[in-house]
Amino acid sequence: MSESMNSKPEGRREFLKTSAVVAGVTLGPGVLFYGVAQSRAPEEGASSANRWGMLIDTTKCGDGCDDCVTACNTENGLSGHTGPQDSQWIRKVDIKDLRTGYVQSLPMMCQHCENAPCVDVCPTGASMKREDGIVLVDRHSCIGCRYCMMACPYKARSFVHEPLTDQNPEVPRGKGCVESCTFCVQRVDRGEQPACVEACEAKGHKAMIFGDLRDPESEVSKVLKSTDSVEVRADLALNTGVRYQGI
Amino acid sequence: MARLANWLRLAALLGAAAMLAAPAFEAAAGVDLPKLEKGKGDKCVEDTDFMRRNHMELLKHQRNDTLRKGIRTTRHSLKGCVECHAGAKSGSVAASKEDFCVACHSFAGAKLDCWDCHATKPGKRSVHQAAQPAASPLMPTSGGAK
Ligand code: SF4
Ligand code: SF4
Repeated sequence: MSESMNSKPEGRREFLKTSAVVAGVTLGPGVLFYGVAQSRAPEEGASSANRWGMLIDTTKCGDGCDDCVTACNTENGLSGHTGPQDSQWIRKVDIKDLRTGYVQSLPMMCQHCENAPCVDVCPTGASMKREDGIVLVDRHSCIGCRYCMMACPYKARSFVHEPLTDQNPEVPRGKGCVESCTFCVQRVDRGEQPACVEACEAKGHKAMIFGDLRDPESEVSKVLKSTDSVEVRADLALNTGVRYQGI
Repeated sequence: MARLANWLRLAALLGAAAMLAAPAFEAAAGVDLPKLEKGKGDKCVEDTDFMRRNHMELLKHQRNDTLRKGIRTTRHSLKGCVECHAGAKSGSVAASKEDFCVACHSFAGAKLDCWDCHATKPGKRSVHQAAQPAASPLMPTSGGAK
């Protein structure tokens, strides 16, 4: 799968009519633990041997459920307000087929593009991609010009307009910088899943699968290999780390 | 004039040395030096002398390693500093003029903007507590985009 993840989008639409086999360990009632990665030693650092990604099954995503959004807000210290000046790292989006009236609901966040437009346009190098494909903003060098917000096709980025206090010690945020979904990098580096994925699973929807796209044995790779999935705006050829199923 | 400035710098250095070396110290060289609380741990991760001059370099190195490379060693992490040096009264390194970072930085007149983004208190926030709009920042912020 790792090979096809790196190829052009057209190459990736193999449709194998096998049902996805999902393996997990039951921890308690309704709680499944899915190994994400062997947590690495702290001094090791992110490696290009991994590429973190996600598959979102819109058919499993609950209409009106926004547990992923709430979990993100709690983990990252966002206010949860949705005004034009409020930070939103993940949104629930409803899409409707105007011909048939069919409505779908899905979470939308930074797609962690391989060829990230935000990184391309950033004049300071603050927008950056880690070796393992996670796209971040280095607030130490972000000057708040917001070019990246304009460049992002997914409206994934927010600008912090007001001074903040009481941040999560693991998630520094402050006025004057642009920010977006980090795949909960602080959790991923500990071998945990992003907060949204955990919340979705806890709710029993399991619409999001997170894992290493370069590991053919990871759950996400296996499901991707056996299911049709798409990138949103695949025409842009960004090779997003987040893929959708059922849209 | 240059002499006076030099003398003042020396005085400030000596003062800083004294206050970092001893938890309680008498004012030296005729200046009212800030009183610093002793950290919670037995000793700092590096020598006090070294830290006084180089803590900013260590933090800068660490921040680049952590953010850009995903290296998560804790020896020189800012979180570690906060855990050890948060004031007993305020629970913070930068909430009041007595708190560790502010005490020294306001004395030295060196503005720091770590706390625009980083948590000044140790530990994880309680669930559902979002980062709040600041009431009145103790540290003057540079305004605009940082
Ligand atoms: S989705 Fe937007 S913010 Fe995320 S990597 Fe792509 S261009 Fe950058
Ligand atoms: S707002 Fe910051 S991260 Fe975005 S393009 Fe400007 S400097 Fe780069």
